[in-house]
Amino acid sequence: MATTTALTLGEGIRRQADYWRVVYQRTWRGTVISSFLAPLFYVLAMGVLLGGFIDGDPDVLEGATSYFDFVVPGLIAAHAMQTAVGETTYPVMSMIKWQRVYDSMLATPLTCRDLVAAHLTFIAFRLATTCAVYDLVLAPFGVFATWWGALLAFLAQVLVGMVFAVWVFGFSARLHSEEGYGVLFRLGIFPLFLFSGAFFPVSNLGAAGAWLARVTPLWQGVNLSRMLTLDHVTWWVAGVNAGVLLVLLAAGWVWAVSGLQKRLVW
Amino acid sequence: MSTAQPLGAVRATALLVERNYIVYRKAWKLFLSGFFEPFFYLLSIGIGVGALIDTFEFNGREIPYAEFVAPGMLAASALNGALIDATFNTFFKLRFVKLYDQMLATPLTTRDVARGEIAWSQLRGSTYAAAFLVIMAAMGLVHSWWAVLAFPATLLIGFASSAVCMALTTYMRSWQDFDLITLAQVPLFLFSATFFPITAYPDPVRWVVEGTPLYRGVVLCRELTTGSLTWASAVSVVYLLALGLAGLFVVRRRLDALLLT
Repeated sequence: MATTTALTLGEGIRRQADYWRVVYQRTWRGTVISSFLAPLFYVLAMGVLLGGFIDGDPDVLEGATSYFDFVVPGLIAAHAMQTAVGETTYPVMSMIKWQRVYDSMLATPLTCRDLVAAHLTFIAFRLATTCAVYDLVLAPFGVFATWWGALLAFLAQVLVGMVFAVWVFGFSARLHSEEGYGVLFRLGIFPLFLFSGAFFPVSNLGAAGAWLARVTPLWQGVNLSRMLTLDHVTWWVAGVNAGVLLVLLAAGWVWAVSGLQKRLVW
Repeated sequence: MSTAQPLGAVRATALLVERNYIVYRKAWKLFLSGFFEPFFYLLSIGIGVGALIDTFEFNGREIPYAEFVAPGMLAASALNGALIDATFNTFFKLRFVKLYDQMLATPLTTRDVARGEIAWSQLRGSTYAAAFLVIMAAMGLVHSWWAVLAFPATLLIGFASSAVCMALTTYMRSWQDFDLITLAQVPLFLFSATFFPITAYPDPVRWVVEGTPLYRGVVLCRELTTGSLTWASAVSVVYLLALGLAGLFVVRRRLDALLLT
């Protein structure tokens, strides 16, 4: 390792591009159901059918005039989280421990920083395609109040997904048995999905519950996605939401790289 | 083989259940956490979304949303609890560790394997169901003594779903085929009148939904926990029982074909 000259980050990522392209070519079919179909079922069940029984009162629904408009931006943000978590749990453990792909990559001039960056770039691609498909499919249903809001909401959805990607990557890098994932899913991701304001205004949880929900990273993304989609933006809140997510992203990046470094190199 | 004395059905089933118990003893945390899933759904949808909805009409009476959703979650959790064991775990044992081949080298028969595996996944599902019912009662979501029968009702749902899923699993060729299970499970969970009344659908769709096993289970549980039984409850019971027995029959036939020929 010491004899080779270090690559720049861009070069490091570029050298893994063909690897990730092949991975996607071979696995995209499996993502169709989980990434596109299952969430559309949720939109139909919750947004359309259950929504038919709920009054579209903007005072109750954070500015939305129907439950459909309320729930859809939240569902997309929550789905970005689930996609990111799906890509950074078993796949990461597999590359570290079962297939040992990272080990073989590290035998080349690539470093841990390069591996994490390329893997995250792939996840960003997955998130961007998944969220874009959603936003495009839902656009004709009139969920977006403005075109620029739609674009910013899309970026917010990808951003919240990436925050989960870096943190869960760091967690996976430190995890030695896959049993930890059961706990992560059931006591971490799943409650976040249900209680972070995707399905109902967090104020329904009572004062304490609402504040607890508001400190979760998913709520920051859900709220941002919803405010921008509905064009019902309180700008200072949006700034705080985006700021929190960006700080979490930066800190998570350090956590992910250091985790992999400790696991495979030191 | 010919010299060994076959075991009685009960002994054989008990042996298989005991084996699974020993295997699972180490994964008790995973086992335990499975119970939280429907509970979280109940809190989130029942309470959080419930605040947005007044009441729903069910069999002629108005009930609050949480009381409407809870039995739906109960039935769905009985299905989901049985599903994992009957699909992924069965496939793994059948194709990878060749566990059933080994079992058939003992006096156990394919019939015992089918019964034993289904009994085990039943046991697992029913533990969740029982805990869930206790929570429902504690949260004041149960107002009828008929609710006691909701427990056997979940056993029936678990029996039907594990038998059918295990039968389907014997036809699976690879892990990729399990996407089809997800493809069936998610819509079943979402559209079986779990979250909203069946009146949300236009008539033709409604008839289709009424024919699905989870819908039968959901209304059965809802009728029992709200105490508003009808003749449709009996239809549900017979339907689920028939489905389970048919599944059991197919599993046995398929195991014979896969392992003994």
